[in-house]
Amino acid sequence: MAKAPRSKKTAPKSPAEDSEFALHSLQDAFEQDSRFKASKEQLLDFYKQMLLIRRFEERAGQLYGLGLIGGFCHLYIGQEAVAIGLQSALDGDKDSVITGYRDHGHMLAYGIDPKVIMAELTGREAGISKGKGGSMHMFSTEHKFYGGHGIVGAQVSLGGGLALAHQYNDDGGFCLAYFGDGAANQGQVYETMNMAALWKLPIVFVVENNQYAMGTAVGRSSAETEFHRRGTAFRIPGMDVNGMDVLEVRQAAEIAFKHVREGKGPVLMECNTYRYRGHSMSDPAKYRTREEVQDIREHKDPIEAIKKVLLENGSTEDELKAIDKEIRKTVTEAADFAESSPEPEPGELYTDVLVGEY
Amino acid sequence: MAIELKMPALSPTMEEGTLAKWLKSEGDAIVAGDIIAEIETDKATMEFEAVDEGTLGKILVDEGTEGVKVGTVIAMLAGEGEDASDIEAPVQDAAVEDTPGEGKDVGRDPSEAQITKPARKTDVKDPEVPEGTAFTATTVREALRDGMAEEMRADERVFVMGEEVAQYQGAYKVTQGLLDEFGPKRVIDTPITEYGFAGIGTGAAMGGLRPIVEFMTFNFAMQAIDHIINSAAKTNYMSGGQMRCPVVFRGPNGAASRVGAQHSQNYGPWYASVPGLVVIAPYDAADAKGLMKAAIRCEDPVVFLENELVYGRSFDVPDLDDYVLPIGKARIMREGTDVTIVAYSIAVGLALEAADELADEGIDAEVIDLRTLRPLDREAILTSLAKTNRLVIAEEGWPTCSIASEVMAICMEDGFDHLDAPVTRVCDEDVPLPYAANLEKLALIDTPRIVAAAKKVCYRD
Repeated sequence: MAKAPRSKKTAPKSPAEDSEFALHSLQDAFEQDSRFKASKEQLLDFYKQMLLIRRFEERAGQLYGLGLIGGFCHLYIGQEAVAIGLQSALDGDKDSVITGYRDHGHMLAYGIDPKVIMAELTGREAGISKGKGGSMHMFSTEHKFYGGHGIVGAQVSLGGGLALAHQYNDDGGFCLAYFGDGAANQGQVYETMNMAALWKLPIVFVVENNQYAMGTAVGRSSAETEFHRRGTAFRIPGMDVNGMDVLEVRQAAEIAFKHVREGKGPVLMECNTYRYRGHSMSDPAKYRTREEVQDIREHKDPIEAIKKVLLENGSTEDELKAIDKEIRKTVTEAADFAESSPEPEPGELYTDVLVGEY
Repeated sequence: MAIELKMPALSPTMEEGTLAKWLKSEGDAIVAGDIIAEIETDKATMEFEAVDEGTLGKILVDEGTEGVKVGTVIAMLAGEGEDASDIEAPVQDAAVEDTPGEGKDVGRDPSEAQITKPARKTDVKDPEVPEGTAFTATTVREALRDGMAEEMRADERVFVMGEEVAQYQGAYKVTQGLLDEFGPKRVIDTPITEYGFAGIGTGAAMGGLRPIVEFMTFNFAMQAIDHIINSAAKTNYMSGGQMRCPVVFRGPNGAASRVGAQHSQNYGPWYASVPGLVVIAPYDAADAKGLMKAAIRCEDPVVFLENELVYGRSFDVPDLDDYVLPIGKARIMREGTDVTIVAYSIAVGLALEAADELADEGIDAEVIDLRTLRPLDREAILTSLAKTNRLVIAEEGWPTCSIASEVMAICMEDGFDHLDAPVTRVCDEDVPLPYAANLEKLALIDTPRIVAAAKKVCYRD
């Protein structure tokens, strides 16, 4: 496999001598110390938030099976550590987030009420988009969460625009733009990387590499499967992160976000993760073996991993069980709310098409 | 509490399926993630995965059963502390499809359904130009620039981006002087990367700025049309009104001169068909300036279609401090009583020439400039039709699915009783625009064709 151009010298060069220093300096810093030192409180928080996503998505899958959720529904199960690790490091008052259609987890990571998210999935008036967006089109401008976009890769250019707005307003914030290994082959992603690097836009590009673009494994779609190297042509530093470990993701976030906040331009981070469920609910899963999925579940599950850390740090099984019970209750309430609240008024058909009256 | 396992819908369209195979037996312990059964839909064989933990109790639908409706209870799952052999199967409700709180048509009686279209503003007029106001002869190119510059002075959030807009002073000189006055932060040269910068402009609008995105021509916006339609036009609706996108996409549109088919197309009908967009296509300099200012202030995404061949034409523009025109209002360019000629953009000039020629032959034509293509000023069209009873549409663009088609539909739906002759359209020929000078001339709309059409509907040919 082709390697990104890197210095082949045996002795390490000083930054001044190493013309590629900027491209690998973040990764070097990350490799020196790749796990975040979380307090017990932070660990518990990560656990709770990841578990909420897991249980919420399981329930969403059930509601889909019952016909309560229609159309497309892309679940985030398996990828929880990415959204939680990254978004826990944001400055909620300043930074913005944008993502594709697999967006439930990113919204839950903000602490947005699961009820209004689930009610959007069931297409109800109380949903966060009044039932007019659905699973793929959810937004919370209050939290600076800008969607929720259904066209693969479009959110990357839009994220470039959010970053331009941060820079233009000099508000100290940056944009976190997520996309998948599938979107990573869209041309506009690279158009945006070029401008972001050219203009030193405050943006962190995050490839959530869940190994499959719908049913196509990365090796079958990508000439360069090391996505963190894909910014090299634009001189964007890359980071290669284990997306199944929330503490690694969080540590990488600390390093990347600092770089961007200091006005040094964009970072490209690849988080290697795994989607347990199908691409969407109607995925026959013929492109991978059951054993492959089971192996990841048993050996690399991000929630089991943080649970282990918690138990080593003095939490008890009972404590964690109580948390699980509490989260199940929250999710059940959200599902009940989403099932029982009314559909939008027919009068909503023509609202929100335009803002102005003409 | 025992959990009912129901026949899942495994695709957006699935209503029933075959329970192909049970992979677990009664009494088996189940953990989340276990595959319990295989289900065949019309498209594929899918795995039914457990979400809850427990012990599989009664199996209620045998493997091999076809036509199992979605939502049917197929098995029971005993929870912690329950005896799996002791679970009662639920009484099946015959009408499971629309149980309140569980069906697809939940919570609304169909008789309630009423479609209420928003009322159009009818009381809006162009601003008064006080008597004694001086007028300055201004080219359309300068008027567009003046409109942008005034709004940039008034609102720090307004900026221009596009190819060659800054140092080069605009490929067609529309942004001339803006870099000098506003600097590189607000007049941004982009690489040749339409999809990317249209997305960045749209995202910046979502982030609270007021971008003006210049396309060197709208032909190149084809590479970016996804952002104009999917990102800019639809997001306010999809977000239930949360996400604003006050962006202006502007640039020359329609045929230029001898540039061939790929650089010569009118996208008015394309964008005008999209709910969520405002589409403006002015003709003269005063309208170009007043509508540009309105477009920049507009809370909605605007597609602003200019015309290269009109950029250099001079028209009188009133010397007023803040000349802003209403969006969605057509303008009567010339009053008449015998026939209405509806036009927009460059075709307005041709329609006015045609009206002069018709006057020489004793036909008094009324010329209407639509100015805004979406929302279309139906009232202005129908009012004029009620007066003249005859209508011709002149459009520099293809005839099929055109603005002309739309105007004809409006006349048929709401103006039929006023018609004394069939509504007639004069458009470009239905071919890619040829390069050869003679063929190009043959393909494009011209004044004699409008005159001929007007005479025909007046039964004077």
